[in-house]
Amino acid sequence: MDFGTFLVQCLNSVQYGLLLFLVASGLTLIFGIMGVINLAHGSFYMIGAYMAFALAPLFGDQFLLMLVAGVVLAAIFGYLLEWAFFSYLYQRDHLQQVLMTYGLILVFEELRSILVGNDVHGVKVPAWLDGSFALGSVMSYPWYRLFASAACIVLAVALYWVVNRTRLGMMIRAGASNRDMVRGLGIDVKRLYRIVFAAGVALAALAGMIAAPMSSVYPNMGASVLIICFVLVVIGGIGSITGALVASLLVGFVDTFGKVFFADLSGIGIYLLMAIVLIWKPEGLMGRRP
Amino acid sequence: MTQANTSSMRRGAFIVPVVCAIAIGVLGPLMGNYVSDFVVKVMILSIFALSLELLVGMTGLVSLGHAAFYGIGAYVTVLASGSEGGNLALLLPAAMGAAALYALFVGALSLRTRGVYFIMVTLAFAQMAFFVFHDTKVGGGSDGIYMYVRPAIGKLDMENRMVLFYVVLASLVFTYGLLALVRRSRFGAALAGIRVNEQRMRAAGFAVYGYKLAAFVLAGALAGLAGFLLASRDGVVNPELMAWHNSGEVLLMVILGGLGHLRGAVIGAIAFTLLKEIFSTHAVMGPLADHWQLTLGIAIIVFVALLPKGLIGLAKRLSPKGAA
Repeated sequence: MDFGTFLVQCLNSVQYGLLLFLVASGLTLIFGIMGVINLAHGSFYMIGAYMAFALAPLFGDQFLLMLVAGVVLAAIFGYLLEWAFFSYLYQRDHLQQVLMTYGLILVFEELRSILVGNDVHGVKVPAWLDGSFALGSVMSYPWYRLFASAACIVLAVALYWVVNRTRLGMMIRAGASNRDMVRGLGIDVKRLYRIVFAAGVALAALAGMIAAPMSSVYPNMGASVLIICFVLVVIGGIGSITGALVASLLVGFVDTFGKVFFADLSGIGIYLLMAIVLIWKPEGLMGRRP
Repeated sequence: MTQANTSSMRRGAFIVPVVCAIAIGVLGPLMGNYVSDFVVKVMILSIFALSLELLVGMTGLVSLGHAAFYGIGAYVTVLASGSEGGNLALLLPAAMGAAALYALFVGALSLRTRGVYFIMVTLAFAQMAFFVFHDTKVGGGSDGIYMYVRPAIGKLDMENRMVLFYVVLASLVFTYGLLALVRRSRFGAALAGIRVNEQRMRAAGFAVYGYKLAAFVLAGALAGLAGFLLASRDGVVNPELMAWHNSGEVLLMVILGGLGHLRGAVIGAIAFTLLKEIFSTHAVMGPLADHWQLTLGIAIIVFVALLPKGLIGLAKRLSPKGAA
């Protein structure tokens, strides 16, 4: 492998890792703070991708505007979903959460198949992001992928800032460690949860929208990303956003370079990584010992 | 509740399954192809569900990757059977052994974690098995492989529909009986203790990890048995067997029936298979049958919302005796 290819693969790894982080951070918020195992989280990613497929022709080159519109729609959807389903799940045990969200997956998958069918669709890269950035003769890299990485970094920083520096973030963190105390302080926990959940859905959908022009839009995308997210959460440690970031980047590298070196067995790489981490630290890289 | 009442209930718990098994055995030859096929399918899934009940209901370990052991049992059966068909007496232990071995590996690692972690880790390990068979040529890749001749030993040839039927029935009786014995044994009592309060069991000097691992391996072996039977019935395996949807479905069966009862796993397997069959039958559902996933998904949601204790809980709620 020459240096240029190596560089391109590194950039791909980071880009993939950052995208995974966007999905996983939503899952971490929902799980870490509200304690709900949400198997349907992958579906939100899928819904985002299909939203990009549906919205792209309407917005044309106004790609950023489309992302904003999509995020707003996804957040509203998440807010309603929390109100209709998830608000009943907090008091239930994990087993029932697993089942009910499993039922939701079936519903989402079938609705998708009814509404848009089971074909694989492509989404066009907006014209202003088309083409590649060339670094002399060493390598060239698609502008869109650079944009995707940049967008994910901006969002990751924003998320970090909101969780660690704002009043909302303070309530979120307090709610994660002691729900009753937060309620006792007169904070509307119900509304707080609804907002956090909507944000989690919006993050996953946004990741789906950003991924759509790169990975195409296909029926199984929700399930595959969900499983990877689980692996991320296990590697990083439950409830830790920093852990999710570290794990995402690690998985991005393992997966990308696995595909380069061991094409046949690339699917297993991240699970091996997970097994190694578990042997070494059962609570995850940044998790607290249960 | 009086002493006599309790013991009569205990006898009931013993008599009902025996009567059911005998009835199925007697009715077997009278069933048409469709019905006997369906019954065989349900019995195999019952074994699969029972093996998971050992983990979830008896030990309190929620595994979301149980399909891996089922799939490995099935794959080993087909891979080891060769073009002239294999020996049943060798294939069956091979399938169960391979599943048990993978369970030992997965259990040894995943039992270091707890609760939600455990759910996610078992799921991830099942995906690992899925990808091994999906991405490599070992088992024919994503298309899977066919078994040309079904396992046999002497006259006991599973190509014969009735032989298959009785082998499956015998396996179900064996699994049910074995788990009923486990429940009443010292080992079973230790598992129950771990489910209720792991900390206390550890303090009492029990090797909790060892007990859980033993349960995990046994559950894996029994899932391998179900996989063996499935491969023998279908004559084909593919990676979808290990897909996480399958792990979700079997977990659903166990919970649908009612946790903590062996009957529950069987009732759940029957109810789930029936529901799926009904939802996908055009004669019943009309055009909606094409979208059975939708109706099934809604049914699951409604079910979880209304019946947290499973179908057994429903029966108790309806009968005046149970309410007392």
